[in-house]
Amino acid sequence: MSDQHSNKLKSGNTGNKKIGRREFFKTGLRAAALISLGSATGYLLSKSTLDDPVWQIDPEKCVQCGRCATHCVLPVSAVKCMHVYKMCGYCDLCGGYFRPQVKKLDTGAENQLCPTKALKRTFVEPPYYRYDIDEELCNGCGKCVEGCGSFGNGSLQLQINHNICTNCNKCAIARVCPAGAIIRIPASKGYLLKK
Amino acid sequence: MSLATKAMRTEVNHQKTDFEPNISTSSPGKPFVWTTFTGLLRVVLLLIVLLSYQSSFAEARFPKPEFESGHVPPETQTVAPRAAKWEYVDVAVLFVLLCVMSWFVLGKRSRKGIVWTAVASVLYFGVYRLGCVCSVGSIQNISMSLSQADYIIPLSVIAFFVLPLLFTLFFGRTFCAGVCFMGAIQELVHIKTVKLPLWLTKPLSFLPYIYLGLAVLLAATGADFIICRYDPFIGFFRMSADFGMVIFGVIIVVLSMFIGRPYCRFLCPYGVLLGWMSTLSFRHTTISPSSCVQCKLCEDSCPVNAIAKPLPVKTEKPNQGRRRLIFMLLLLPVLVISAAWLGRSISGTLSGIHPTVSLAQEIKWENDQGRKTNSEESQAFHSSGIPAEQLFQDAGEIQRQFRLGSSLTGAFLGLVLALALLKTAVLKKQKNYEPDKANCVSCGRCYRYCPVGKANSVSL
Repeated sequence: MSDQHSNKLKSGNTGNKKIGRREFFKTGLRAAALISLGSATGYLLSKSTLDDPVWQIDPEKCVQCGRCATHCVLPVSAVKCMHVYKMCGYCDLCGGYFRPQVKKLDTGAENQLCPTKALKRTFVEPPYYRYDIDEELCNGCGKCVEGCGSFGNGSLQLQINHNICTNCNKCAIARVCPAGAIIRIPASKGYLLKK
Repeated sequence: MSLATKAMRTEVNHQKTDFEPNISTSSPGKPFVWTTFTGLLRVVLLLIVLLSYQSSFAEARFPKPEFESGHVPPETQTVAPRAAKWEYVDVAVLFVLLCVMSWFVLGKRSRKGIVWTAVASVLYFGVYRLGCVCSVGSIQNISMSLSQADYIIPLSVIAFFVLPLLFTLFFGRTFCAGVCFMGAIQELVHIKTVKLPLWLTKPLSFLPYIYLGLAVLLAATGADFIICRYDPFIGFFRMSADFGMVIFGVIIVVLSMFIGRPYCRFLCPYGVLLGWMSTLSFRHTTISPSSCVQCKLCEDSCPVNAIAKPLPVKTEKPNQGRRRLIFMLLLLPVLVISAAWLGRSISGTLSGIHPTVSLAQEIKWENDQGRKTNSEESQAFHSSGIPAEQLFQDAGEIQRQFRLGSSLTGAFLGLVLALALLKTAVLKKQKNYEPDKANCVSCGRCYRYCPVGKANSVSL
């Protein structure tokens, strides 16, 4: 007993062959910690992928509620309106550009639906007009998307710009999206746009 | 959302609804015969899919124009996501910083080195990466990945979770010293330590366990990522946060000027895991470079109150301690079971956090009342064409998960409390001034207080 006691008194325990009860317990726990860390890592690795997930809006589900503009963690939302030109009808009376019951089809501010003037209208040839989005101005409110979808071909679509999105662990918009339209897809899939 | 809608939604949220199939069948109003429904459901779903497919064809209301001027429609402008290789750069930076920090803490014993590594971490993970991908938040991805089969976890997130734990198991909490950008911020702004009384710090240090339990429960059920949502520092880097979080962030930063690491000690859920690892660590920093001379100079140097002082040898009878130990051991199962029961009893309320469950509650309320709340959620649900029965079934499944999860969380918290009590009954032996391994964050502030071998040590 006294022998054991004097052993414990030696500081550092270096060169001490006799392992005390506490030390034995600790070694066991260390081994358990290492093994559990290792096995958890192994299991997780088997489930992981090299193709990192990114946030995108499922255009089939999106209801253009407008929360994308207000709930992104960034000062100006990473959600932007994107124009799939191939679907566009180049209409003169564009449901995405003009307010409902518009009096004059011109670029007057009072006629425009977009609150930030991010949608530009340029004349191509009669009777066609081209519509471009200024991403700097777009805040992702989805008003034009709603107008285009309910009146036109649905070529204006809301989507998350990968370059602006900080790829939060849990998208703050996904948490409040009423339609559950914000999903994670592999980065290799790029953009979920209707074509 | 109109005021009326809001009022209706709050009313919906107040009434607790159970979507568990066995309970639903017992209510006489609407019997759900789940098994017979599934066949029917599939047919309905198929029809919905077919209809939506058809409608997508009919969508081109205006034909594609044929331009005479030769105008070619431009391509949609899209920017590719950040290349996956950058994720490996993040992991590499984490690894290098961990190595450098461990070297400064254990090898060089340089407070200056620790501070500069902390600055580097804030610059890279905070200012450049905007705080996203962090080890603290990775707990949620890990628990979601463990509980949900279809959740795919990126390799980098696994590395961010495992690397700091592994380093801590070998070298103590060198990650906390400043590799974690949240710890680094609190470390860098700390100017003067105001000691908190023990009656305050002891109960507060139980908070991280509750936070960890809740975060794992909510992430595993897919309800929410609360660690990310209530991260007080991230708003400073993004230069954007809602009002409440700005206030919270400012409070934490101001507090950490005078109180050592308030977030790390009283909130950080990852710190719980790191504390466990650090207790078992193979090597750990020491206050004195060689051997303690018990000069008491370092006694008040620790901002996180993690210096264990020499204890007088207790002179109580051996029987007394043994009796207390047996009492605590008997108390353990009582605490665990009662906490598990408590957890189970609040699972209904907790499950309401899950969006599917809260939507199901709303739709149930609509069905019962025979009117619509007209909230965006309800409108989106009705336009999606998903049958209400399927929603209720999903919600019931989630509630079942919550029932199990919150019982386990409760049991875990009960166990933590019981073990903390048990620790008081175990005889402590402390001869020198040493860091308390579980709580020491290896910040190196105590180094310069130790007079041993002063000529050789580097001081700030």
